[in-house]
Amino acid sequence: MEALEIARWQFGITTVYHFVMVPLTIGLGLLVAVMQTMWFRTGQHQYLRMTKFWGKLFLINFIVGVATGLVQEFQFGMAWSEYSRFVGDVFGAPLAMEALLAFFVESTFLGLWIFGWDRLPRLLHLLSLWAAVLASVFSAYFILVANSWMQHPVGVEMVDGRPVMVDVWAVFTNNTALVAFPHTLFGCLAVAGAFLLGISWYHLWKRRHDGLDTVGPDGRVSVGGAQGARDAVDHRVWLQSARAGAVVAMIAFAGTGITGDLQGKLMFDQQPMKMAAAEAACHDGTGFSILSIGNLGAQSCDDITAVIEVPGVLSFLANGDFTTEVKGVNTLLPEYQEKYGTHLPDDPKYGELAGTEIDYLPVMEVTYWGFRLMIGFGALAAVAAAAALWVLRRGTVPASRPLMRLAVLGILAPFGANIAGWVFTEMGRQPFVVAPNPDPTGIDGVFMFTAAAVSPGVSLAELVTSLVLLTGVYAALLVVEVRLLVTYVRGGTAAAMPELAHGARDDGHGGSDDGDASRRGGKDDGDVLAFAY
Amino acid sequence: MMSEALPTLWFVLIAVLWAGYLFLEGFDLGVGMLMKLMARNDTQRRVLLNTVGPVWDGNEVWLVTAVGATFAAFPLWYASLLSALYLPFLLVLLGLIFRAVAFEWRGKQDSDAWRNRWDWAIALGSFAAAAGIGAALALTTTGLPLDANGDRVGGAFAWATAPAFLGAAAVVLFCLVHAAAFIALKTEGGVRAQADRLFRRLLPIAMLPFLGWALLVQLDAGSAVTWLAVALAIAALTASYRSALSGRDGRAFAALGVGMLALVGSVFAAVFPVVLPSTVDPAFDLTVSNASSSPYTLGVMSVVACFGLPLVLAYQAWTYWVFRRRVSEASIPAAHGVTAL
Ligand code: HDD
Ligand code: HEM
Ligand code: HEM
Repeated sequence: MEALEIARWQFGITTVYHFVMVPLTIGLGLLVAVMQTMWFRTGQHQYLRMTKFWGKLFLINFIVGVATGLVQEFQFGMAWSEYSRFVGDVFGAPLAMEALLAFFVESTFLGLWIFGWDRLPRLLHLLSLWAAVLASVFSAYFILVANSWMQHPVGVEMVDGRPVMVDVWAVFTNNTALVAFPHTLFGCLAVAGAFLLGISWYHLWKRRHDGLDTVGPDGRVSVGGAQGARDAVDHRVWLQSARAGAVVAMIAFAGTGITGDLQGKLMFDQQPMKMAAAEAACHDGTGFSILSIGNLGAQSCDDITAVIEVPGVLSFLANGDFTTEVKGVNTLLPEYQEKYGTHLPDDPKYGELAGTEIDYLPVMEVTYWGFRLMIGFGALAAVAAAAALWVLRRGTVPASRPLMRLAVLGILAPFGANIAGWVFTEMGRQPFVVAPNPDPTGIDGVFMFTAAAVSPGVSLAELVTSLVLLTGVYAALLVVEVRLLVTYVRGGTAAAMPELAHGARDDGHGGSDDGDASRRGGKDDGDVLAFAY
Repeated sequence: MMSEALPTLWFVLIAVLWAGYLFLEGFDLGVGMLMKLMARNDTQRRVLLNTVGPVWDGNEVWLVTAVGATFAAFPLWYASLLSALYLPFLLVLLGLIFRAVAFEWRGKQDSDAWRNRWDWAIALGSFAAAAGIGAALALTTTGLPLDANGDRVGGAFAWATAPAFLGAAAVVLFCLVHAAAFIALKTEGGVRAQADRLFRRLLPIAMLPFLGWALLVQLDAGSAVTWLAVALAIAALTASYRSALSGRDGRAFAALGVGMLALVGSVFAAVFPVVLPSTVDPAFDLTVSNASSSPYTLGVMSVVACFGLPLVLAYQAWTYWVFRRRVSEASIPAAHGVTAL
């Protein structure tokens, strides 16, 4: 029981932490690749600066995604050995393919991109980035195939008590995966859009604050500029980044909405209890709750009251009409008990939980609020992005410091939406680690209770040790990463292109103090290589 | 017949993935340790770092793939090995985490204290990863105390036996010599001379634990073929030493690699068809046939590997070609810091 709890915390913390880095890697990677493509096609200097600046932030973040991904690959075997034995025949395949077909491409071509700036032909260098970025998109697909199989097992047959894959195509075209993939990608783009917008807003504000750009009484912006990194091109870098970020954030939210609606419809079919719990819907009905009060954590549904409810919306989410009743918790519980049993078997693999009653109701505070926070944070970011786009129409931002702070803070909203979405998805699946496929033509008997999944041979002390160490390391790395990002953001484009700072040294805006310009100048003769490390 | 062929193929592929991992990441783990053991100043450390800069992450994916392929092809092997070696793998993960972020972040701030902290992270992280992987590989060939279900008996440290430490020493020392040979091949000037000296001094002793591990397995389960592989390894190691003496870096590096590969081959070939022996009862051994996935899954994975693996080899080889130039202290530009506007 206790080991199970620790293992769950460890998995949850590691995956959520991984999924803080991953959306930024995927989303920002795509945007940087577009920026470099623009530079390749137009030759305009601001695109080079955008590529270098955002590329630097991308790399600082990327590496933490790698570091935490490693833990992911190992932890199924380390902490969830029974789970690995049960699902290995079907679950290991997408994981291995992800490594072989995506991670290799990603890591190799990213190395070529980082170190290839002056060494590869320009087109090849650009293609290296695209290869790396598209591979990260593919890696998301593979892992979502794996996760979707846990949400909705397909393509298998039970042989000797274990699911055995009989149709790899069914596994890879699982409808759960096909909608989760675009939904997650849009979630990643939402993160990248807000990131671009918030940071560019800061720089546009800073330029006004430092008196570089001024706004006349008629509202016209006159763009000034110092020499070097903070010239007029610099203004274009931030303005274009800000606008691009706002547009991407808005499109991304629309995308998550459309695909999320599809996910919702599947979920009513595939995991009706999760949706009922997401709505705190105890009784059958058609209304979508805006606010429910009462004790959501209560194991009985009796003391929950929907305070504000929009009739028909829940039916629309589930079925596309406004009248069909959707089953509530009180209807579903007996159905689950009838299908999957009222008590866990009296088997040692369930540990202390063996023989106890099964609770089919997920923690409703989490599912109810997780669902709403995901949509709420996403909507907040989208509205803010629309407002920002309007404010930016003249070519700069207001001189207000609180507003700038708000724009920077807004970066967090889509991260929040992603985290809330995953916590909802994963905790809403409880008490199953592999949720049963209820489709009558689906596979009978392919499900697994989380209680049976943990490694029997691993002691509580080992799990606690790893939980403490890993969580401590993640926390420390997060602090360092944020500090590094802040340093590079504050340094502006000169932070990513020291040569710009050198040009600016005369007028006091210099960034570098190495006093060794002659050596760097030698870079052009082709003998001296431009190193990243 | 068919049901034996695919698991055997996958056993071979996984052995190849491990061998590839040791060959490739071997030198970047070693370079990581040498950041503290050999380099004398920051420029030299950056020379070392830049010999592996573009390739270390790609090398690490060999590990991710070896582990992922084990999960896909032999789920029971994956589950038992990783859960039985919980603490060693935790050590490996912590080492790899610190190493990865250190590579990327070390140069991102211009401060000696900052760089020094990350240098330690690289050196200790590389050491921990090499030691943990070495222990795990040795134990998967010599055995772990597993019960009928494949779970460890005997507590959190039941794995801490002589073969574990032998394997750890084998891989750590191999990484060090391998890296010395690699640096001699990839650099110019002072660093190269230092690496060359180190290589010649280390080689005669550094491969002894590796040889010890191979012999331990051979004495238990060797056949004529696997003994032949050990003999080949010894011949290659001797050739490597002689090439180093006559100043042929490339040959010394290649021959050392061949020696290591032959030893790994001899070990995996000797234990076949057992993938993870149980020291409790041979009846609990995990074997190629009782630990593997279904023929269908293995078939699918074979198709994927058939065109995936050659592709990986091709573009990774190309990367090494692109970055074939030797690195020297003169080619390292001055460090630069970041100042707020
Ligand atoms: C910026 C991120 C973001 C935003 C704005 C949204 N989502 Fe989302 N959502 C995710 C990020 C996310 C996610 C973290 O990526 C999840 C977790 C698992 C998954 O596939 O995507 C998720 C899961 C998820 C699920 C669960 C599927 C399951 O458990 O099987 C549903 C039903 C929705 N979303 C629906 C929506 C709707 C109707 C939205 C309205 C606009 C929405 N999401 C916005
Ligand atoms: C990056 C995407 C993912 C995120 C953010 C995520 C998030 C979470 C969270 C928050 C929990 C804790 C839930 C709880 O304790 O009740 C959890 C549990 C778990 N998830 Fe996921 N998950 C992700 C992907 C996956 C994938 C791909 C798998 C594939 C196996 C998976 C398997 C599990 C398992 C085994 C548990 C532990 C059992 C449990 O407590 O639910 N997750 N995950
Ligand atoms: C729980 C299941 C997951 C596992 C086992 C896993 C595994 C890994 C591993 C091993 C790495 C490091 C690769 C390297 O060394 O280069 C990694 C990084 C990454 N993962 Fe995850 N991951 C999981 C969840 C996810 C999800 C849900 C997504 C996306 C939707 C994702 C996308 C990525 C990306 C983009 C990276 C960035 C760095 C890189 O690939 O090198 N992962 N993951």
